[in-house]
Amino acid sequence: MIDLSLLTDGGVGWLDASGPQSHLVLSTRIRLARNLAGRVFQGRNSETEREQILQTVEEAARESVLLRRAVRFRLDRLDRNDRQLLHERHLVSKELAGLDPEGRVRSGAALLVQDRAGVMLNEEDHLRIQTLHSGFALDEAYADADRLDGELGGRLPFAFHAEFGYLTSCPTNVGTGLRASVLIHLPGLVLTKEISKVLQGLAQVGLTFRGLYGEGSEVVGNFFQLSNQTTLGKTEVELLDHLGKMVRQVIDYEERAREVLLRDAPAIIEDKVWRAYGLLRYARALSFDEAMNLLSGVRLGVGVGLIPGVGMYTLNRLLIHTQPAHLAVAETVAINDPELPIRRARYVRKVLEDEVERLR
Amino acid sequence: MDCDQCHEREAVIHLTQIVDEQVTTLHLCERCAAEKGVESAATVGKTPLGGFLAAMGKGVTPQVAGIGGACPRCGATLQDFRESGRLGCPECYRSFEAPLRDLLRRLHGSTHHVGERYAEPGHEPAVEPVGDGRESLRQQLRLAVETENFELAAELRDRLRVLEP
Repeated sequence: MIDLSLLTDGGVGWLDASGPQSHLVLSTRIRLARNLAGRVFQGRNSETEREQILQTVEEAARESVLLRRAVRFRLDRLDRNDRQLLHERHLVSKELAGLDPEGRVRSGAALLVQDRAGVMLNEEDHLRIQTLHSGFALDEAYADADRLDGELGGRLPFAFHAEFGYLTSCPTNVGTGLRASVLIHLPGLVLTKEISKVLQGLAQVGLTFRGLYGEGSEVVGNFFQLSNQTTLGKTEVELLDHLGKMVRQVIDYEERAREVLLRDAPAIIEDKVWRAYGLLRYARALSFDEAMNLLSGVRLGVGVGLIPGVGMYTLNRLLIHTQPAHLAVAETVAINDPELPIRRARYVRKVLEDEVERLR
Repeated sequence: MDCDQCHEREAVIHLTQIVDEQVTTLHLCERCAAEKGVESAATVGKTPLGGFLAAMGKGVTPQVAGIGGACPRCGATLQDFRESGRLGCPECYRSFEAPLRDLLRRLHGSTHHVGERYAEPGHEPAVEPVGDGRESLRQQLRLAVETENFELAAELRDRLRVLEP
């Protein structure tokens, strides 16, 4: 069993809903794809080479400021539950955690993490530098990632090409190697059925969307990860500015959709969000998907001021801790325990009851 | 399950349609689906690069790649790339430069990195290429000559000639 208490805030400091626009934007993530010069990419390298990469990067990290005290997780030495736990905390990708149905965890797969910054090692690229901030904070998250990139790049030889920029295993990431993502909650656009238009519009301006857990994941609970699609031909600042501008527009659309809902169908919306709250407060069994959808309803209710007395931080915590691996660890049962939905409902009831008590 | 169309091959595509407010599901094999203009994930390709990869490099002889079109550093071929969507090593970007440049243009609308320049530990930052990329081309040409990549060198020289007054 891994000890997540070793991490500051358990590695989920971004949950605290302290960042800008945190009623809509859960988190902002930056990742920079980097590879070591003169070494073959992950898809063609050997176990020994991956081990060397791990050691080389760890040495450089120990000399850095941002990762000097980093906690290291060797995914290849963890059992599936622990790997899933790290994935549910948005600290490692599904690929690195080897959680695909046929997926096996690759030897040398590891994570270094300290506060809001970290590096995934032996992912699709040798290094995936990443930072995670609460709310809508592209500039702050990039500043951290850029600093860590500078610290590691000053100690390690990165593969760089005069014309193509940072070289990556997949040409979709070449150039800046930058993927900036904003995890945003858009129930208003979903309810007004405007969402597909918005997503299509984003695709036309070079942005893409994914589900709650990033690449290859489904949209659950009306959470969308919006990110830049291209990485070459624009500066990092241009890419961030463009994404930022578009996210601000999406936030504006979402706010307007909520106004429309409250104006045109106030009774329906009020019933919908309180019904979600009622189910979470009193249901005796909840599947993960159902919990997510209900939490989305309550989040909307809190966001538009219909439901008082529930904090965004509480909702964020519920979002993380009702996930299968988190719940299984907290309840000391197997992840496929048939009673998990019952335990999930009990956990949610307790948290919401405490919230009521707290405000009494 | 057999294909609803030809009743011969295995149905691999399940197309749900709404016609006159009736939901119908059509089970089709890959060939019949293609005839109907329906693309399956398999025909589009397994990676987000999709069709780009399938088309890429066809009819193009790798400019620099060694025996059998393989990257001299890691042994990866264009075929490997088409199948996996991943390159083998940093050197592959030089080995398959011409088809990759084409792909990058289509993926990103550009082939030229204009973001942060990287300086290897102990080196000065790489020279910022002048507006039209001549300095970068000259640098690549020098490197191509040094590494005896004469085909690439010839291509780079031609491109420089176009740019130079």
